[in-house]
Amino acid sequence: MASAVARELTADLRGFKETQRLAYDCAEEVAAQLRPGVTEREAARMQRAWLRERGVRDWFHLPFAWFGDRTAFVGFRVPLQFFPTDRRLEPGMPFILDMAPVHRGFTADIGYAGCLGPHPLHELLMADLREHRELILREVRERRPLREIYEDVERLMVRQGHANRHRAYPFGVIAHKVGRIRERRWSPQVFGFGTQALRGLASDALRGHREGWSPLWSPHRFSDHPPAPGLWAVEPHLGFRGVGAKFEELLVVTDSRDPEESAFWLDDDLPHVRRRQEERAA
Amino acid sequence: MRAGTEGARERWVRTGGIELCVQELGDASRPTVLLLHGYPDSKEVWSEVAERLRDRFHVVLYDIRGCGRSTAPLPLRGGFTLEKLTDDFLAVAEAVSPDAPVHLVGHDWGSVQGWEFATARRTEGRVASFTSISGPSLDHLALWLRRRATRPTPRRVAQLLSQSARSWYVYALHTPVLPEALMRGPLLKRWPKILARLEKLPSDGYPTESLATDAAHGAWLYRDNIRARMRRPRTDAYAHAPVQLITPTGDVFLSDRLYDGLEEWAPGLVRHTLAAKHWVPRSRPDQVSAWIAEFVAERERGAGGPAGRASAPAGPYAQAFGGRLVLVTGAASGIGRATAFAFAEAGARVIAVDRDPEGAVRTAEMARLLGAPEAAAETVDVSDEAAMEKLAAKVAAEHGVVDILVNNAGIGLAGAFLDTSAEEWRKILDVNLWGVVHGCRVFGRQMAERGQGGHIVNTASAAAFQPSRFLTAYSTSKAAVLMLSECLRAELAGKGIGVTAICPGIVNTGITATARFTGVSEDEQRQLRKKAVRLYGRRNYPPEKVAEAVLRAVHRDQAVVPVTPEAHGLRLMSRFTPRLLRALARIDLPL
Repeated sequence: MASAVARELTADLRGFKETQRLAYDCAEEVAAQLRPGVTEREAARMQRAWLRERGVRDWFHLPFAWFGDRTAFVGFRVPLQFFPTDRRLEPGMPFILDMAPVHRGFTADIGYAGCLGPHPLHELLMADLREHRELILREVRERRPLREIYEDVERLMVRQGHANRHRAYPFGVIAHKVGRIRERRWSPQVFGFGTQALRGLASDALRGHREGWSPLWSPHRFSDHPPAPGLWAVEPHLGFRGVGAKFEELLVVTDSRDPEESAFWLDDDLPHVRRRQEERAA
Repeated sequence: MRAGTEGARERWVRTGGIELCVQELGDASRPTVLLLHGYPDSKEVWSEVAERLRDRFHVVLYDIRGCGRSTAPLPLRGGFTLEKLTDDFLAVAEAVSPDAPVHLVGHDWGSVQGWEFATARRTEGRVASFTSISGPSLDHLALWLRRRATRPTPRRVAQLLSQSARSWYVYALHTPVLPEALMRGPLLKRWPKILARLEKLPSDGYPTESLATDAAHGAWLYRDNIRARMRRPRTDAYAHAPVQLITPTGDVFLSDRLYDGLEEWAPGLVRHTLAAKHWVPRSRPDQVSAWIAEFVAERERGAGGPAGRASAPAGPYAQAFGGRLVLVTGAASGIGRATAFAFAEAGARVIAVDRDPEGAVRTAEMARLLGAPEAAAETVDVSDEAAMEKLAAKVAAEHGVVDILVNNAGIGLAGAFLDTSAEEWRKILDVNLWGVVHGCRVFGRQMAERGQGGHIVNTASAAAFQPSRFLTAYSTSKAAVLMLSECLRAELAGKGIGVTAICPGIVNTGITATARFTGVSEDEQRQLRKKAVRLYGRRNYPPEKVAEAVLRAVHRDQAVVPVTPEAHGLRLMSRFTPRLLRALARIDLPL
């Protein structure tokens, strides 16, 4: 990915990258402060406060935090169950922090999976996620229909022995588009989602509907099209018997003919990528 | 004497005017395991277990006073109190293991004594651990009864009545003279037959000659202790050693509710259940000795005090399947894999068998991470008879006899009968039917020969009772599996082996991705598969729920288990509205 790093980033991409960095910094800081007894609500509030201090005023969605078997969405039936609860963190519990801040008009949407103490199963899940990151990029570069990539990811998960947990997200999406958002003085949230961001998504959906694509990358027929240029927040989510793990980061898709240029991860210097490189080096 | 006591060193321990016959097996420098027999038994009740433990431990057995070859106190009345039995125990322990505390194992009255020794103050430091089988502490029992009698709720009253009914023999034994007369007379001759018939014990020379005196003298165990302890139970009977409880679920003398809340008296209690009747030392020696050995070895390593093991498998089935050997075919994906994981989570030892070596290895690896103490992968095609025979021999040599066999491997085939070639028929029957037949034959035989029970689960399908014009071959193969399971269940019932047919229904597994569609071009084949995968994906019934049903079925020994709602519906319809089912059968492939 040396070429991707060397690529001259447009001002826009730099802005997105900075926001994503900010969000991952937040995730790492908050994760370092998690102790036994902290509740999901407290963890979500910590993320929110940390980001507000650094100038975040608007959200694609408010921070989420899931602990224990909630990382695998065990028993989730209605979307309200995604919201943070009073579940307390215990030693050995896996956790996921998921946040989507908007910073100076640039949106990021990240997911950070970790565990309080060593947990061999969780480590296995994190290692297995690496294959998904590679698979997704490879198939997007091949310009495969999104629906088929979705099915390939699911097949890989099943082969690995995991369950596809991003199916639990609204519309079962593995990814959704994000974009620039105009900064408003007042931007309320509806069910945790920023109205500005939702507006952006809706206008994308409208435009996509005319042109034959969708800003939601789902297993359904409306995703049966090649990747549309833009920024995609990709979030494969594995679950295995009460342990869940995911990553979420921005994938840049362009209309370039050069495969390397046609799609790349916005940033390769992220905690879950670094962890893998360290593992490989070791 | 039987093989169990061959090579035993015998000695006599004198205490309080009585001579106790003590036998020792194995290296005396190893940890001492002391086996206590019940009523009406002698130490030979443990011969099978002792035989299995003697290589790893210093095994000690003795006839309690008045039983077997030990002498009886005079007068009998008042000679069998728990206090005197404690004296006996201390004398034996002092003789066989003067320096180290001993690991107690008690069955029936041996367990009642064991509880006394594990909770009395003066035995503190002499007991390293205690494994209790089918015998409560009399103090705990008294308090259990009292609690239920003084604060009755409907449930408590039911529990109380249930146990009171099971205790009929206790009341009977309080009758003077008559029980002794019966035991010396007509009952004596019939006793081995009664045991064989009602308790399904192997008739292999046990009980021994001393049965008449065992039974007659042993009656004083009840007369000397029950009334006294029921009237004035000790309220400080807390265990000073770690306790393991093995509960046979089919015990006709003791309700398993007796052990509710036992953790209060024995913190860190380790529980196991066994689908068997009262005399498990004789009917299930393999499993009983495996649990004893594991428990004792763990205490010897110093792993966890009474507080117990941190990583012990929990969950509703851990008691029933912990340490059992489970073999699952078709374990590289779908229902097989989920079943292997569910058993692993319950602490079972798992062998994952599949054609796909990579998938099987992956299943075994993850099973180990989930808590299986042992997990192995084997690459075998279930339709290959010779390979299955070889597998059975290998598994028996390396892991022992399989306790639970899950014949799950299967393939899908869709298409009209007239489009299905003979080759395709052969292939599907080879895997779906012959695979199950081979599995049941080789592993079922091992189970039956061992004679210690077991369970076989065969994966049939809702298609086994739903005819259909586009699943002729598949439905035929699965219907055969269903009938095979039902017949086998009848045949093996007498041997304590349960057989279950699981009928899942539409479950989101890899079977659709590999299913064949007959009479179509390769291109169409791919399209149809894709559509089938999406259809099953939309239904999205997870294989984990089927695995859950498998564990429940084994636990409850169910015969036919439909899993998804549609499977339940179809089964009901097949019973009550078969014509409707036939009408459904005419609908063509919904793809």
